[in-house]
Amino acid sequence: MASAFDYAPAPESRAIVDIAPSYGLFIDGEFTEAADGKVFKTVSPASEEVLAEIAQAGEADVDRAVQAARKAFEKWSALPGTERAKYLFRIARIIQERSRELAVLETLDNGKPIKETRDADLPLVAAHFFYYAGWADKLDHAGFGTDPRPLGVAGQVIPWNFPLLMLAWKIAPALATGNTVVLKPAETTPLSALFFADICRQAGLPKGVVNILPGYGDTGAALVAHPDVNKVAFTGSTAVGKEIAKTVAGTHKKLTLELGGKGANIVFDDAPIDQAVEGIVNGIFFNQGQVCCAGSRLLVQESIQEELLDSLKRRLSTLRLGDPLDKNTDIGAINSEEQLSRITSLVERGEAEGAERWSLACELPTSGYWFAPTLFTNVTQAHTIARDEIFGPVLSVLTFRTPDEAVAKANNTQYGLSAGIWTEKGSRILAVANKLRAGVVWSNTFNKFDPTSPFGGYKESGFGREGGRHGLEAYLDV
Amino acid sequence: MSDRLSVFKTYKLYVGGKFPRSESGRVYEVTDAKGQWLANAPLSSRKDARDAVVAARKAFSAWSGATAYNRGQILYRVAEMLEGRKAQFVREVADAEGLSKSKAADQVDATIDRWVWYAGWTDKIAQVVGGGNPVAGPYFNLSTPEPTGVVAVVAPQESSFLGLVSVVAPVIATGNTAVVVASEKSPLPSLSLGEVLATSDVPGGVVNILSGRTAEIATPLAAHQDVNAIDLAGADDVLAKELEIAAADNLKRVLRPQPVDNWSTPPGIDRMTAFLETKTVWHPTGSLGASGSSY
Repeated sequence: MASAFDYAPAPESRAIVDIAPSYGLFIDGEFTEAADGKVFKTVSPASEEVLAEIAQAGEADVDRAVQAARKAFEKWSALPGTERAKYLFRIARIIQERSRELAVLETLDNGKPIKETRDADLPLVAAHFFYYAGWADKLDHAGFGTDPRPLGVAGQVIPWNFPLLMLAWKIAPALATGNTVVLKPAETTPLSALFFADICRQAGLPKGVVNILPGYGDTGAALVAHPDVNKVAFTGSTAVGKEIAKTVAGTHKKLTLELGGKGANIVFDDAPIDQAVEGIVNGIFFNQGQVCCAGSRLLVQESIQEELLDSLKRRLSTLRLGDPLDKNTDIGAINSEEQLSRITSLVERGEAEGAERWSLACELPTSGYWFAPTLFTNVTQAHTIARDEIFGPVLSVLTFRTPDEAVAKANNTQYGLSAGIWTEKGSRILAVANKLRAGVVWSNTFNKFDPTSPFGGYKESGFGREGGRHGLEAYLDV
Repeated sequence: MSDRLSVFKTYKLYVGGKFPRSESGRVYEVTDAKGQWLANAPLSSRKDARDAVVAARKAFSAWSGATAYNRGQILYRVAEMLEGRKAQFVREVADAEGLSKSKAADQVDATIDRWVWYAGWTDKIAQVVGGGNPVAGPYFNLSTPEPTGVVAVVAPQESSFLGLVSVVAPVIATGNTAVVVASEKSPLPSLSLGEVLATSDVPGGVVNILSGRTAEIATPLAAHQDVNAIDLAGADDVLAKELEIAAADNLKRVLRPQPVDNWSTPPGIDRMTAFLETKTVWHPTGSLGASGSSY
């Protein structure tokens, strides 16, 4: 519908990124084909255009990469911390220099809006390398004893929702502490990790310190199970996390898991409504809701439900869905066809179970994978959409009457990753934050991240923390 | 004068602040290091393990919500009670581990000192492992450690008292509640510790002590959906792997068995941090506008 507030398209140019028709695995400082010659294609979720053909790592490649990392470990771990720090600072700087290129690339491969890759992902990626660079020569002051040692070869498996940011969360602390890494990016978003390989080359990073193995779940499984891997770090679904925990049982491998969530965003009757609405939108529609710490359960105090939902729907109707490369775009594409069908089927389930659906009336592009921002009212705790992680732009709205009820409902989940609190009353923030079983509590804000700030979950949202001083522990022999 | 006939003690479990027999009605013979009969200890069942988890869960909210100062006071009170019962524990440890009176006394002294050490940690651990984070934005940002929840503790098999306390004290000092599987061969010091805890202001259910076959009790605990963490100190390699696989089903925090030659060496803080979560709370600091605050 046309209105006085229509926007002219403001597309970011993709000319800044030079995507090659095909990419190999990055092992021991070289791009190489997979041992069995297998390849797969990565597509742009916004258009289904094939972006490149990628070598698919198999077991033999995993073995080769782990060996390369093992060989590199000896020298890398023996380097003085000040030298490792300088490599990481170099990487951080190159990321800053190439951040526009990487932002466009990430948007193409992932489908998220350019304003998110440009303003959120890339600055955080660089900041993580800067932050951990500074730790590399200060490890004996980190509170883990006077001479904490690296573990060895880290096998890292990351998801598709924040491809480069998750790489930074994994690789920066691993290298700072003297480990070497073999990283498997997700099959739908391998490109930025392969561009990162080129950044390692530009930074002059010694061969074998970072190895990148694109592939599917079986590649990740082979990496996790490899007997010469000392540390496993995984971000992804709770189901896969449990499988990994079983795989490493009885071994000496150190394990950290960042898994799913079903974050409760609690709005009290004295909350600043406009700010809360912005926070709710940011909490569930940032990155199309494909965020493990998304505020996917809105808990509203009953007395303000109507007012809040009216404001929320009014705000949602101003969101612009479409070309992720357009700088005006708020809602981009869903990452893959598979994810879109998962979202669709859970939403159908929500309707079938009797919840009331409201979706933003907007035109969806004819190609690519799209889902309009959606919210459900009349949701009870028994509903599937209030219990299962949807990992999409779908908000379930529940109500409560007392703070105790809010806490009880917020904690009534297998997960424990994030939560939000909206109220003007400081003592209530602290009292409620204290009672919530979640690793991150955002009060009067949501979805904030920072490399100095530990992030990670309670319960089935996994264990270990990434970021901050805490994030070092996962990569040290402590 | 004829020799006085001594009074035997009926050893019982310690669950929810009470001293039940095993619901299964079973006992097993506990002998000293030379094979002489000492007592019949309860042979706990899977049901006893589940009951203990219920008690530990019920106790968790008040115990984790108590002030750290209060928890420290209560833990210190346990040390006071232990000191008063030293003779009993020296006898039990000597019997259990085949030690001389003086060696056993050394063990008991070290155990009491260990307990005092942990009592002092309750209000310090948050400062050591938590704190403010200097995020690059206008936010107040604080990370604090919090207890994980109900922790199953498979106590060491050999060190019946010092080893036991070395694994139980860190779990409850940090605000968790515990279900303890006592040493299978030497459960008596554990069961007597229950009597001390019961008279030390430790709320019922904070520590629950089960004796019996380690594998029989630990297996349902490792698989239990309402147990949040497990310390595998007293499990052998084969059992530890089985328990770790079972524990993965609800992503329990697992502390794998670590070789300990000598429980009397300073323990460090690892056993405490193993069962702590880190919670990070953010709030905008905003700027002072006309209305006083802004987000």
